[in-house]
Amino acid sequence: MEKNVSNTILEVKDLKKHFKTSRGMLHAVDGVSFSIEYGKTLGIVGESGCGKTTLGRTILRLVEPTSGGIMLEGRDITKLNLRDMKKVRKDIQIIFQDPFSSLDPRNTISQALTEVVKVNKIRSGKQEIKDRVLQLMETVGLAERLINTYPHELDGGRRQRIGIARALAMEPKFIVCDEPVSALDVSIQAQILNLLQELQETLGLSYIFITHDLAVVNHFADVIAVMYLGQIVEKAPTEELFAHPLHPYTQALLSAIPIPEILVERPRILLRGEITSPINPKDECRFGNRCFHDCKECRGSNPVLREVSPDHFVACCKV
Amino acid sequence: MSINNVTINAPATESAHGPAPRRYVRKTQMRIVLHQLSKNKGAMVGLFIILAIVLVAIFADVLFDYDRDVVGIHISQKLLRPSWAHPFGTDDLGRDIFIRVLYGSRYSVSVGVVATIIGLGIGVVLGAIAGYYCGLAEDIIMRFNDILSAVPSILMGIVIVSAMGATTFNLMLAIGITSVPQFVRITRASVLTVRNQEYIEALHAAGISEARIIAFHVLPNCLSPIIVQATLRIASAIIAASSLSFLGLGVPAPAPEWGSMLSLGRQYVRTASYLTIFPGLAILVTVLAFNLLGDGLRDAIDPKLKK
Ligand SMILES: Nc1ncnc2c1ncn2[C@@H]1O[C@H](COP(=O)(O)OP(=O)(O)OP(=O)(O)O)[C@@H](O)[C@H]1O
Ligand SMILES: [Mg+2]
Repeated sequence: MEKNVSNTILEVKDLKKHFKTSRGMLHAVDGVSFSIEYGKTLGIVGESGCGKTTLGRTILRLVEPTSGGIMLEGRDITKLNLRDMKKVRKDIQIIFQDPFSSLDPRNTISQALTEVVKVNKIRSGKQEIKDRVLQLMETVGLAERLINTYPHELDGGRRQRIGIARALAMEPKFIVCDEPVSALDVSIQAQILNLLQELQETLGLSYIFITHDLAVVNHFADVIAVMYLGQIVEKAPTEELFAHPLHPYTQALLSAIPIPEILVERPRILLRGEITSPINPKDECRFGNRCFHDCKECRGSNPVLREVSPDHFVACCKV
Repeated sequence: MSINNVTINAPATESAHGPAPRRYVRKTQMRIVLHQLSKNKGAMVGLFIILAIVLVAIFADVLFDYDRDVVGIHISQKLLRPSWAHPFGTDDLGRDIFIRVLYGSRYSVSVGVVATIIGLGIGVVLGAIAGYYCGLAEDIIMRFNDILSAVPSILMGIVIVSAMGATTFNLMLAIGITSVPQFVRITRASVLTVRNQEYIEALHAAGISEARIIAFHVLPNCLSPIIVQATLRIASAIIAASSLSFLGLGVPAPAPEWGSMLSLGRQYVRTASYLTIFPGLAILVTVLAFNLLGDGLRDAIDPKLKK
């Protein structure tokens, strides 16, 4: 692999996050590696509970990783102390899944944004802070007259815009978008996606875009990583992944996307079998129980991610 | 590229859906609570009585001359039955019970309020720490709390007052400390629920410090149950203050504290029962008023509790 390192804004190496539970160690994120270039978007797709949110939070160190490295512009941020981490937080921001619970119900838009700008000393002076808040609201398409409204007075789309404005307030280079549209209805989804895309172009942002819906990242992501029970099972540039899905789980996900043409019929792959528990998983293919291939090899050991064609990685013993 | 001065023509957000702006209605939630409260007759009666008592307490010095009307001895007028001149009668030293009961509101209200503030101050800080930082801090605080709540409040009062002297402030302190455990418990419980909300994590991500998050985001969202608790605690603090004064451990004589008036009237309970009836009624009415208001507040803040 020869890659120009200076192009990489974020590189995650063998990241693990295990939670202690009463029934054993829950492997929420279990050895995830990827890298993202400046101005690009990595889509992370996977079903509910596969560890997408945990991955996003671990990258910001909102939860401490169990092991592994997170290199931001070549610097390993897992080793930073809290004070240095605070400075780094300005560069990496997060947009949350649920716009209804990610805003303090007692803060107006103005209070919420002012606090972030002021505490982080992004601007100083009353007028400058106020100007900055208004500018942020304009950037995310919130009308100025809404400045003193509370979150509960706004619809989901506008709330999510506040969440985006809050992330932008820190002037980040990199944003983790954790299912930013999954709680919104379809027409609002499109507005928010457009906004995120335009912000990326004008501000040169890099994104990790987390979703459970492949169709959402189709036009958005440059590279897509498919996650299953804490691990990446397939990773490829978007067109390549849609054209040649190799992992049986990816194939199943893709077959679930409706095709907007009447006569095209695509066989739907239905997955049977139980989902393997993420608690103390055995060393075998985690998808094995639900897989339509019936193979012996992956019952003995968990297949590793390997490059099968340029930039196309897959973890399956049948490929 | 810098983020400054970038404007994106986002799709119209001023579309028809979504509520109209409300610039004037700032504390919406507060208004809803007050509206709910105003519909509750009991709470309004309680509030009215409390306001009256507080007004009397504030202006007691203007209305009466302490040395002459309240503690001045007039042997010629001793043990008079209630009449127009002395609506509640007079005691064995000829002091007007009506004036003394009115003046006594001062002690009850101030002891109740100050003791509750002491208990609330200590309890909320400890409860917030215990709820926000789980682990060792929580264990220590909660065990200490268990020990404290196992000590009967009268016993605690006796210990503090006899060790430090029977002054009004020590009485407040003793009662305040006994109300700490309840505030710790109620604060911890609500901090626990707020702490796991996503917006707390969002604030962390936005670089806001822990102390700021607790003080400006966690506690304000826990305020309602704490306010309700405080109102109800004032009522019990008033009873505790009267009990300790009745035992001679509270506000020192000759101050007309309701509890010590009860104690003085005790020996005449067969012949001049009005000496005990009226201070007793004063305690009852005041405590009832605070309890009515506290219950009303609780219903207004959490309508789900209402049957
Ligand atoms: N703090 C925690 N303690 C214990 N287990 C946790 C914790 N946070 C997450 N988990 C577990 O980790 C797993 C992954 O959770 P996560 O929220 O990352 O999933 P997700 O892919 O974001 O799902 P969704 O699509 O529903 O948002 C789940 O099994 C969850 O129960
Ligand atoms: Mg999630």
